[in-house]
Amino acid sequence: MLPNLSHTEIMRYSRHLLIPEVGLEGQRKLKEAAVLVIGTGGLGSPVAMYLAAAGVGCIGLVDYDVVDFSNLQRQVIHGTSGIGALKVESARRRMLDINPGIQVDIYNEPFTSENAMRIARDYDILIDGTDNFPTRYLSNDVCVFLGKPNVYGSIYRFDGQVSVFDAQRGPCYRCLFPEPPPPGLVPSCAEGGVLGVLPGTIGTLQATEALKLILGIGDPLIGRLLLYNALDMSFEFVKLRKNPKCKVCGPEPEITELIDYEAFCGVPGHDHEEGSVGGNWDISATELAERLKKGNSIRLVDVREPHEQDISHIDGAELIPLGQLAGRLSELDSAEEMVVFCKAGTRSARALDLLVGAGFRKVKNLKGGINAWAREVDPSQPIY
Amino acid sequence: MPTLRIPTPLRPYTSGQSEVAVQGSNVSQVMNDLIARYPDLKPHLYNGEGSLRPFVNLFLGEDNIKDLQGIETPLEVEDRLLLIPSVAGGS
Repeated sequence: MLPNLSHTEIMRYSRHLLIPEVGLEGQRKLKEAAVLVIGTGGLGSPVAMYLAAAGVGCIGLVDYDVVDFSNLQRQVIHGTSGIGALKVESARRRMLDINPGIQVDIYNEPFTSENAMRIARDYDILIDGTDNFPTRYLSNDVCVFLGKPNVYGSIYRFDGQVSVFDAQRGPCYRCLFPEPPPPGLVPSCAEGGVLGVLPGTIGTLQATEALKLILGIGDPLIGRLLLYNALDMSFEFVKLRKNPKCKVCGPEPEITELIDYEAFCGVPGHDHEEGSVGGNWDISATELAERLKKGNSIRLVDVREPHEQDISHIDGAELIPLGQLAGRLSELDSAEEMVVFCKAGTRSARALDLLVGAGFRKVKNLKGGINAWAREVDPSQPIY
Repeated sequence: MPTLRIPTPLRPYTSGQSEVAVQGSNVSQVMNDLIARYPDLKPHLYNGEGSLRPFVNLFLGEDNIKDLQGIETPLEVEDRLLLIPSVAGGS
């Protein structure tokens, strides 16, 4: 028995009620629906706001982060006044302002193998708006095990992907991507950047798919992957098939319960830059400054991209972008002391791995990157 | 020549090009030509044993080459291959 709508609700949703594909019954279905949004960042922002506005009766939000200044370029559910607040709290405030008639459940915790089944169990649909591979594989597997659709979206710079993975009616995420890329091979948004409006486009498409699934209308993206490119303004579709050898949703699954996804992917379940290598391979910005002041001869190698040098720089550093490093080793001297750095220490940690693998021993990674340098040593440089 | 669409994350290794023309009459030949032209792409597409990494998907038109004849899938001169990587970004 679907819930009834009050007169206020009928007025609020009148533009929906006028569409025959939605109508009164559809709006009541939306009111009865429960959707879980994993991540309240770039993708989660439009998803959560549009689902709230559309009158989805219960929306769950999972995130454990706080609102950061650098989020605001794209995470439109949060505002400047919310900096430092829990993202789930900030998002709930905005959603209930849009629509006080809905219920917003918040889970201020990372989505992990320990809590995922408990959190997801009571929802009809999961929306994957995460920023890392471990949580994407976890979200997929949870949906396969619970028999729920997973509305997938991912973004990078100008590119986006959208699909609906519903193992009961089509392929799952693992059918397309059986294994994650090796750590470090695929850059994240924190490293590579993202056009602020891109998650708006992709997240809105995810919200659209979720509404269609609830209403049971149209042709959902089950078995299809949408590829969007903002520069070309292109939308391309490819067909996805169920992989008969899929380890999770295939006829003979090898994986029948949640696993350790951080171990499986070899990376942490978040997109925060770690900025350090560990052991004796790191040098702090303060220590580097002291050693340079004492006149130590240290070659500074900036492994960022050329356009990042316009943002901030360290005097005397030479630029060798990480992608070119392997081909330019002959320009370096393993007998020289060297410090490699990037924005926050992630790419330079990879550069250090590459250099050590090539026999360099007198090399260190600037912990926290040039942003740490700007914080600790040279406040004239901006942090980005 | 067939063309191959390069996704944004891999464009640093193709001098920024989004589409490259590649020679060959099947997927395997075309991929070998791609790697010969842009050797820096190789570790991103192939594992140590020389086979395509499992997270790399190649589509001919709408179809995954895995659903056609794999790397032996024949190609016509006007064919366009899509290279689809896994992307995790979302925040």
